[in-house]
Amino acid sequence: MTALTTRKDIQTELAYDVARVREDFPILKQMIHGKPLVYLDNAATTQKPRIVLETLDRYYKEDNANIHRGVHALSERATRRYEEARVKVKQFLNAADAHEIIFTRNATEGINLVAQTYGRKNVREGDEVVISAMEHHSNIVPWQMLCEEKGAYLRAIPMNDAGELLLDEFEKLLNPRTKLVAVVHMSNALGTVNPVEKIIEMAHKHGVPVLVDGAQAIYHRKVDVQALDADFYVFSGHKLYGPTGIGVLYGKAALLEAMPPYQGGGDMIRSVSFEKTLYNDLPYKFEAGTPHIAGGIGLGAAIDYLEGLGMERVAAYEQQVLAYGTEQLTAVPGLKMIGTARDKASVLSFILDDIHPHDVGTVLDMEGIAVRTGHHCAQPVMQRFGVPATVRASLACYNTREEIDTLVRGLRKVKEVFG
Amino acid sequence: MSDLRELYQEVILDHNKQPRNFRKLENANREAEGHNPLCGDEVTVYLDVEDGVIKDISFQGKGCAISKASASMMTAALKGKTVAEAEAIFGQFHAMVMGEDEDVDAENLGKLAVFSGVREFPARVKCASLAWHTLHAALEQQDTPVSTE
Repeated sequence: MTALTTRKDIQTELAYDVARVREDFPILKQMIHGKPLVYLDNAATTQKPRIVLETLDRYYKEDNANIHRGVHALSERATRRYEEARVKVKQFLNAADAHEIIFTRNATEGINLVAQTYGRKNVREGDEVVISAMEHHSNIVPWQMLCEEKGAYLRAIPMNDAGELLLDEFEKLLNPRTKLVAVVHMSNALGTVNPVEKIIEMAHKHGVPVLVDGAQAIYHRKVDVQALDADFYVFSGHKLYGPTGIGVLYGKAALLEAMPPYQGGGDMIRSVSFEKTLYNDLPYKFEAGTPHIAGGIGLGAAIDYLEGLGMERVAAYEQQVLAYGTEQLTAVPGLKMIGTARDKASVLSFILDDIHPHDVGTVLDMEGIAVRTGHHCAQPVMQRFGVPATVRASLACYNTREEIDTLVRGLRKVKEVFG
Repeated sequence: MSDLRELYQEVILDHNKQPRNFRKLENANREAEGHNPLCGDEVTVYLDVEDGVIKDISFQGKGCAISKASASMMTAALKGKTVAEAEAIFGQFHAMVMGEDEDVDAENLGKLAVFSGVREFPARVKCASLAWHTLHAALEQQDTPVSTE
């Protein structure tokens, strides 16, 4: 038995063949300014495997029709495939029921949906909403808008110099006026993976529901919404190797059922007269109008692809490249890492001497290396660390140690130009 | 690398390292702040304008090499120019970095012509033009700071 397990472990380790994974992503095989593309801007969006591209193409070529309406064959086929995608998402998140999966445009829309429905119904004057110091603007502004409208207060869990949330301070923020906690699972600017299970447990002791922004975590960690006991969980398809324009809001059925609708329109109703409209059941109550049908089906294909690679195996591989990248970048003279939490994934955010990140980004681009430079839609994070911007390299399932080496050579070139 | 050197010419790197007129102008009668929300670049341009002539000009702020060098070289180029001349140079500079007019006479722009390489880098055009837009805003003000009281 022991011998068998050991052999399986070795196989698992060997089975992650990054060269083969790269073959699945047609876009990676191109030259930028005469150099092979090194794509390290995955926290902004990931590239798409061939199976996702082919699924989108096939949908429009063979199955395209509007869903939930027609009795004809194409409509039934399109409906079936769209709903199958919802079931794939349900299984991927380990949600209790497929009707807890609401398709949205992206994570941002999921957060706005909860703010404008659950938030407007439950948050009153003098109440408090708790977020964290490392939120993306998309998990700040919707709550600010809500708090402004209601005369409520927005509180933020502070973090330490490594970029880790201070849970003792979080405990102090929880009080009878706290109506919701909205916290990021993994920071796009720092790479920190937050202990959301613990945060949820702490909030629930005070009877406060928790929304988790999973935009980054979703493609680096296995997410189980029931094990986390998350009340809401949002993510975008395009960061999960799927199409843009499709995202997911998971919500516990009891919460979703008690919430008023978000947008009005077709598909979200049961019956309409000029006197009264009866709303549809979950999930359609929150899906007004013709949705991004191809996007939903494409997201399903992306989930199949990632599960084929093995979520845990991908995560373990990425951690190895991250560790290598951290080691190599830290050795570059004048480089300072921003975000050094103990639990991190994918993100290498840094500044180099006093060279502005945009200048670093332009020189790296000429070397074929795509990184993100700027405030990463997280200006409060930049203020916390006293920098206007950072350079951010972020990893996905297809990145290699050799690409880290190319990045390091690129940074030496940057230092030559601005030395 | 040749393209890169076209963007980051020696004179630009020099002005980035040692920006000219990088100070607050105490006797400024016009000033304006500019910022690029996309990258967080900030610049304040100070002017002392008398009888339609830019007697003195300075700037402060933070930003990338392109934006800092552009502000520095702008102040060096405009000191002693009339407001009308400054506006004309702004127009030519803008056309050059936007790539609107391939035939902008680099002679007229003198040293500022080193920024012609920027048009090959669309993401960086705003870096080069930030100080100039801020100047334009400052020049449109009255001679004395406008008071709301």
